[in-house]
Amino acid sequence: MTDFLSTMRRGVPVGHARGIARHVVDQGDWLLLIHELGKGAADLLALWSCSRHVHMLLRDRASGEFGVVTLECPERRYPSVSRLHLPALRFERTIRDLYGIDAHGANDVRRWLDHGRWGVRKPGGLPEAYGVITGDPYAFHASRGEATHQIPVGPVHAGIIEPGHFRFTANGEVVVRLEERLGYVHKGIEQLMPGASVTRGAQLAGRLSGDSTVAYAIAFSRAVELALDVEAPARAIWLRAVMAEIERIANHVGDIGAICNDAAFALMHAHTGALRERILRATKLCFGHRLMMDRVVPGGVACDLSTEGVSTLRGLLADIRKTLPRLMALFGDTVSLQDRTVGTGRVSADLVRQFAAGGFIGRASGRAFDSRRAPGYAPYTELTFADGASEEGDVDARVWVRFDEITASLDIIEQSLARLPQGPLRIDLPTAGEAREGAAFAEAFRGEVFAWVRLDAQGNVERCHLRDASWLQWPLLEMAIKGNIVADFPLCNKSFNCSYSGHDL
Amino acid sequence: MIRFLLEGLLRPLTEKAPRADDGALLELAQKLDGVARRKLGRSLSIREVDAGSCNGCELEIHALNNAFYDLERFGIRFVASPRHADVLLVTGPVTKNMSLALQRTYAATPDPKYVVAVGDCGFDGGVFKDSYACCGGVSAVVPVDLHIKGCPPEPADLLKGLIALLEDPPVLAQV
Repeated sequence: MTDFLSTMRRGVPVGHARGIARHVVDQGDWLLLIHELGKGAADLLALWSCSRHVHMLLRDRASGEFGVVTLECPERRYPSVSRLHLPALRFERTIRDLYGIDAHGANDVRRWLDHGRWGVRKPGGLPEAYGVITGDPYAFHASRGEATHQIPVGPVHAGIIEPGHFRFTANGEVVVRLEERLGYVHKGIEQLMPGASVTRGAQLAGRLSGDSTVAYAIAFSRAVELALDVEAPARAIWLRAVMAEIERIANHVGDIGAICNDAAFALMHAHTGALRERILRATKLCFGHRLMMDRVVPGGVACDLSTEGVSTLRGLLADIRKTLPRLMALFGDTVSLQDRTVGTGRVSADLVRQFAAGGFIGRASGRAFDSRRAPGYAPYTELTFADGASEEGDVDARVWVRFDEITASLDIIEQSLARLPQGPLRIDLPTAGEAREGAAFAEAFRGEVFAWVRLDAQGNVERCHLRDASWLQWPLLEMAIKGNIVADFPLCNKSFNCSYSGHDL
Repeated sequence: MIRFLLEGLLRPLTEKAPRADDGALLELAQKLDGVARRKLGRSLSIREVDAGSCNGCELEIHALNNAFYDLERFGIRFVASPRHADVLLVTGPVTKNMSLALQRTYAATPDPKYVVAVGDCGFDGGVFKDSYACCGGVSAVVPVDLHIKGCPPEPADLLKGLIALLEDPPVLAQV
């Protein structure tokens, strides 16, 4: 066992935690862990609070083992992680906003999700209401130097996209700094969860980011099932994979077109738009909803796939297999498009590793992490598929990795349809009679989604934390755009396509 | 590339225009005066505002531009600024962090204008209605002329609602 892992596991194990082991550590071990984290011994995948404690989800790099470590915060503060490991910064600011637990020694204590408009501070901690709502001022980082100017963009953007604010500092056309300000679509999901039935919990989880509704519902449902020591029926497990991979393909297809459209290449957008529509129509026929909302539920799935549905899907797969190589050729052979995408918005392998950025953003910069493989979950552990990979880290690489992921998803769906077992679709969930916890991953199209759910003795949600892959990808966009021209920002941004809603909670 | 271009010309995917939604026509008739309608005519520019949506509604609004629905053939198009818009298409439960931006966007849109609230969230906050962070629907922040419900509404429903903006409303019985 590595030193890091043994420190992680040295604390008091939490007996009712399932899925990923959780240990309560003392302050000394917490400091030791973040010290090693800063030196690159582990990935920080999540940092959150349940209103009384703070929890870190870590992956020891040497062994690949996952674990949650918890620090109790009776004085509502904990030693800052970001002081030694920068990627923790936005998590810490969020914990402070939502729960009033301070990261002691943090360098940036500006509010993050709280814009001073909720009428209440620390809604999940010891809430303090206030009457007059004027909004908080926000101090953007200053830029020094002659001949720089600032360009404020958002929260309402020019396209049909989610709201967020981007503050560019540019020298002529070249971006010298981008600072993001997010939180505009904060819906307070973590405070809607306590007391909710697991059915409502799954509905809320499935609406944290509607483009990844299947992935969120899978992560939440798996966390609940793990907590209660039950498994969804085999047919449900395989149907979940079919739905998750359709969701991935539909998103990648739509995004590839949108990226090209942002480089003024509308032809690709027109064809991917039509293909995406055919995918969603087939989905509606097969599962009764174009985006498959509320189709994955704790205990199984809420709908079956009929024999006609299977042939509809097979027809769709054949259609995509036929269209995809032509779209790839159109992308790769169009020199004017390549001129925009190659070398644009580069993210270094070091940064991706430091931030533990998942999904195609990580894979396009040499970080081969996929939660379907490690820690892995059914049915992917029984399937063969190839991941996309690149070392280039530019817009072009991210598009090619997405193309490769579409091919991989087609393989997965074909294998799943061939092996789809008969049997029940869902089980009734038992009541544990005691508090239980579950932690689970699901690989969304952006990267891994992490769900942590604590159930009370009656089986209702007591606390829930959902972490979108975007948390660890948004900061990299600030880096990717540096040195590029302002006009390439839409291209870079779309090639990331981070979630606003999934991040803002 | 030539093959792609030819295919697009020779095999159009665009479907027949749907009829305007009756419920939408009725809601509009109750709210809009005929003068505003005549001024806007049959060409509408839409500014979309995400006021806290989960992005589901945005995906389906995007789909209106694909070849199957081809929104622009009706004279309806999306524009980049509220200054150019006749219609605000608003999604989401209106988060408190977005309410000021929505009010400002509304103020920046020249009169006469329509506001269309999209989705169950836009109607009354949907699954988020009890949150401290949400206003509970678009009409809590700006006046709404038409609601298109659904989670999310399908492009066909969005289309039927938007087409209703172009048609003459039924004459309501005088009470």
